Amino acid sequence: MMAQALLEVRGVTKRFGGFTALDGVDFLVRSGERVGLIGPNGSGKSTLVNCIAGTLRNEEGSIRFEGEDICGHAAHRRIRMGLARSFQIPKPFASMTVLDNLCVPLLYAARKHEKLAPGRIVEEAVRILEQVGLAGRARAMSGGLTQVDMRKLELARAMAAKPKLLISDEAMAGLSASEVDDILALLFGLKEQGVAVIMIEHVMRAVMKFSERIAVLVAGRKIADGDPQAVVGNAEVVKAYLGE
Amino acid sequence: MSNKVFASVALAAALALAAVTQLIPNEYFFTAAYTVLLFVILATAWNILGGYTGYVNFGSAAFFAIGAYTTVFFYNAFKAPLAVGIVAGTLVAGLAGLGLGYLTLRLRGVFFAIASLALAVVLYVFVVNWDYVGGARGAYVLQPREIPFGMPRYIHLIYSVQLLMAAFALVVARAIEKSTMGRGLAAIRDDELAAECSGVPTLRLKIFSTMVSCALMGMAGTTFPYYLSYIEPSSAFSLSYAVNSIAMPLIGGMMSWIGPLIGAVLLGTVQQVVQVTVSSAWNLLIVGVLLVLFVTLAPNGIMGWVDAWRRRKGR
Repeated sequence: MMAQALLEVRGVTKRFGGFTALDGVDFLVRSGERVGLIGPNGSGKSTLVNCIAGTLRNEEGSIRFEGEDICGHAAHRRIRMGLARSFQIPKPFASMTVLDNLCVPLLYAARKHEKLAPGRIVEEAVRILEQVGLAGRARAMSGGLTQVDMRKLELARAMAAKPKLLISDEAMAGLSASEVDDILALLFGLKEQGVAVIMIEHVMRAVMKFSERIAVLVAGRKIADGDPQAVVGNAEVVKAYLGE
Repeated sequence: MSNKVFASVALAAALALAAVTQLIPNEYFFTAAYTVLLFVILATAWNILGGYTGYVNFGSAAFFAIGAYTTVFFYNAFKAPLAVGIVAGTLVAGLAGLGLGYLTLRLRGVFFAIASLALAVVLYVFVVNWDYVGGARGAYVLQPREIPFGMPRYIHLIYSVQLLMAAFALVVARAIEKSTMGRGLAAIRDDELAAECSGVPTLRLKIFSTMVSCALMGMAGTTFPYYLSYIEPSSAFSLSYAVNSIAMPLIGGMMSWIGPLIGAVLLGTVQQVVQVTVSSAWNLLIVGVLLVLFVTLAPNGIMGWVDAWRRRKGR
């Protein structure tokens, strides 16, 4: 084995009533790795993210982060360990300014493992806003941002938690080509800081460009996992997307 | 302003106000002012959970009554002085809040609101049937004959105590608002799921703010039995407490500690004036009309107006 697994998902099953959303999914992410997670609508991608992040509880299987079983941990404990996610539909803290939005994870998550001095919180928030290109909007109310800016804020807030693994849930849906490039550049920047990224995306151009490895979920089961070129050439994957 | 500075200022202001107003010859002033101050505490307390955290408590009257009846209980049992009642009532109401929060706040949404309303009804029935604290007949709590600090009547003392407690409630509310916890509570109010996923321990913060909010409501009630020397369930559990403690922050503004203060002073004073000049039956009607006006015209309350005006000016 190359590097130690950062995230290790084994046999995770999640049911909603009689419907099985995830069926024994295995999924591995190594430290600093860029992984694409794709699949048709309703294939269980978001459910998997929710199980990993702790907003849903899986019925079976185990999830380990840096070797520690985190299945029993509440979501806020997982993010404090370094497991951050962005939301598919942006969820800004609408009564706060953009800057204050970042202070929440900086105060509650990053401070737990980064030892940030209280006085440096705002400084750090500004630095992250500069990274994502929102520095000019720092004092604006987050509820009034444009869609693109909200997506950026969503990523910035996840980054502010100083994660070791960031799960980006469809950060690019509905964005223009140049906006997609902006966000791609941002995610590539994270890789340089040694942050592993799971990218869930329908924008194939972005996924292909970004991922070192791609996993494909179809109807709650992982049907392929490996080199991007090989995966998109896989007959089963083509069938799932295009039909027979 | 740091918490310590603000606490000193609030304490000084309360003491000064208490001292200066002692000169007012009209005794009715103290009776009316006591009620306004009672609402300042209730509104400030309610806002810690309702305004900062976004969870509506319909059961303010229940916690107020817990404070009041704890005083009655300690009076009956040990002839305990007012100070004991204040401490005990605050603690018991806080524990009741802790219990209610622990049972209902695991679920998001309206469950807490419904449970708080239910608690008020259950407690009312409980007190009506609890003979030791007077049951439906009510209970007498005699005002002590000796009044400290050379005050002429007991109402002067009760009023001064209420003034200090109001200052205390404001200091607590402001300290929470300005702290890291205040930011966490605001995050919960805006989006609980996103807050949890930003590392905010949502359940723990919600339960804590419920406990503090309910404890302060209880504190407001502890002096109440001494106020009239008599207490009975329907006055302690009066609808007016539940309605006013929601309406006052709403009218003043729920985002900061100053909103409930403004709302309570304004609405409380108007109610007192109307009670004397027009009729006591008009009280809740006035609250209702003002509430409708504010919800439609200024949904963020008076402070919301001020903030918007400041932002326009700052640009």
